[in-house]
Amino acid sequence: MKTLPKERRYETLSYLPPLTDQQIAKQVQYILDQGYIPAVEFEENPLPSDHHWTLWKLPLFNARSTQDVLNEVRECRGENSNCYIRVIGFDNIKQCQTVSFIVHKPGASRY
Amino acid sequence: MVQSKAGFEAGVKDYRLTYYTPDYTPKDTDLLACFRMTPQPGVPPEEAGAAVAAESSTGTWTTVWTDNLTDLDRYKGRCYDIEPVANEDNQYFCFVAYPLDLFEEGSVTNMLTSIVGNVFGFKALRALRLEDLRIPVAYLKTFQGPPHGINVERDKLNKYGRPLLGCTIKPKLGLSAKNYGRAVYECLRGGLDFTKDDENINSQPFMRWRDRFLFVQEAIEKAQAETNEIKGHYLNVTAPTLEQMMQRAEFAKEIGTPIIMHDYLTGGFTANTTLARWCQDNGVLLHIHRAMHAVIDRQKNHGIHFRVLAKCLRMSGGDHLHSGTVVGKLEGERGITMGFVDLMREDYVEEDRSRGIFFTQDWASMPGVMPVASGGIHVWHMPALVEIFGDDSCLQFGGGTLGHPWGNAPGATANRVALEACIQARNEGRSLAREGNDVIREAARWSPELAAACELWKEIKFEFEAMDTL
Repeated sequence: MKTLPKERRYETLSYLPPLTDQQIAKQVQYILDQGYIPAVEFEENPLPSDHHWTLWKLPLFNARSTQDVLNEVRECRGENSNCYIRVIGFDNIKQCQTVSFIVHKPGASRY
Repeated sequence: MVQSKAGFEAGVKDYRLTYYTPDYTPKDTDLLACFRMTPQPGVPPEEAGAAVAAESSTGTWTTVWTDNLTDLDRYKGRCYDIEPVANEDNQYFCFVAYPLDLFEEGSVTNMLTSIVGNVFGFKALRALRLEDLRIPVAYLKTFQGPPHGINVERDKLNKYGRPLLGCTIKPKLGLSAKNYGRAVYECLRGGLDFTKDDENINSQPFMRWRDRFLFVQEAIEKAQAETNEIKGHYLNVTAPTLEQMMQRAEFAKEIGTPIIMHDYLTGGFTANTTLARWCQDNGVLLHIHRAMHAVIDRQKNHGIHFRVLAKCLRMSGGDHLHSGTVVGKLEGERGITMGFVDLMREDYVEEDRSRGIFFTQDWASMPGVMPVASGGIHVWHMPALVEIFGDDSCLQFGGGTLGHPWGNAPGATANRVALEACIQARNEGRSLAREGNDVIREAARWSPELAAACELWKEIKFEFEAMDTL
């Protein structure tokens, strides 16, 4: 029997081991396959009530491949390695955000 | 007294002549109903169908002189089609069109009082079941509907791209408010989004509502600070009177809780609609339980099908509604269940008899209701649940969280890990139907909490025959 340690989480996919770039690419492919618009967000010390993190540039309306998105994630990570970074997706038909998953956590994670 | 020819002719008139109109083409503004009708032996279906239309609209058993002061054609229900039910002896689908003016704007209560009122006790019928309703857009637009709907709920909660996870706190009766709060805290800190009051929990001697609300809110805030994720607990405001219900709702808002709960069938549609309007005005999400539904919807030949009760709830207002699990201890046939799940959350649903949908329903941008799958489910069901319900659902593991050998928090983590592993796999293009068990097993290799859950529940199987078939 084990006591569950206290740990801060960052919503979808934050209970998995940190994603490799290859795994991130597969999730990005899903966003593109669904016809969603990908975007990258980052924040140094996000609170649960922070609905908006700082947007990296603008949503990637013209992203055609996972590599386009991954390049932006890498660039964002290079400049903001002290920040939490997530990839999000917008559905302009349903007119709302539909995807969000964490791709970079500055601290160590149990998993 | 001598009756002149110009006077009123009293007597019992044959309904068939007035209310059976097979040539009628329903208008876009008509409210349409499909009944499964079992006439008494010897009663022809046309007569029974006409009687249904009459008894649920303008008809009375005998002619009255004041009828002649009204324009019957403007108000009467019309039985416009009758078809025998395949493989059933003496059962018919009876289609009735009701003019819009029969119903008060924005009132589910009034609509149901007309359509499923006296007619269900009518002597000429052995049994009667309301299978489906087509609500015309003109009428729908008089309803507020869900206080927030699925998309706004996600934005408020900051949760995307996965089903929400919940758990009903057990035992359902007898915990003190403080002990109850601890159980909530443990579940939420482990990774659930929501916990839930059991429907039986209102305000009993062992735990009065105000004490529960305060201890639970403390648990929510502590778990939220610890996990950095938004948490909630469906605080049940169902109460003996409308005033008490509103008092509890106001207090819940005052202490800053994000979601409250109501039992819409036992509480009633008037109470529910009042609460839903308040929830929109006050920014509080509304979870809806459906106690008593099986009394109404379980018999195949009599009562009201749940798809109608679900439509009524979407009109009356609620952000969540229990829908069954397809896979758990309270099984429902998959196609039929997904038929009414679509009616809860989609904007436009086509007629599809194979899924029990008798009418195309246009919801005219009314927000969707999130289906809640709850009852007898555990980590091994996760792949099937994600596959069947998709992202816009709330999966509730009661025993499947609290029954974990290490307690609530690790139980919650096991479920959250299993869920996220399934989401990751699905998005990567893997088939959860085929590889679901592998996905869970792979995650159990690095998550000790999930491994313990898999160990405990691997042998459990629920195999009941589905009651709800076509």
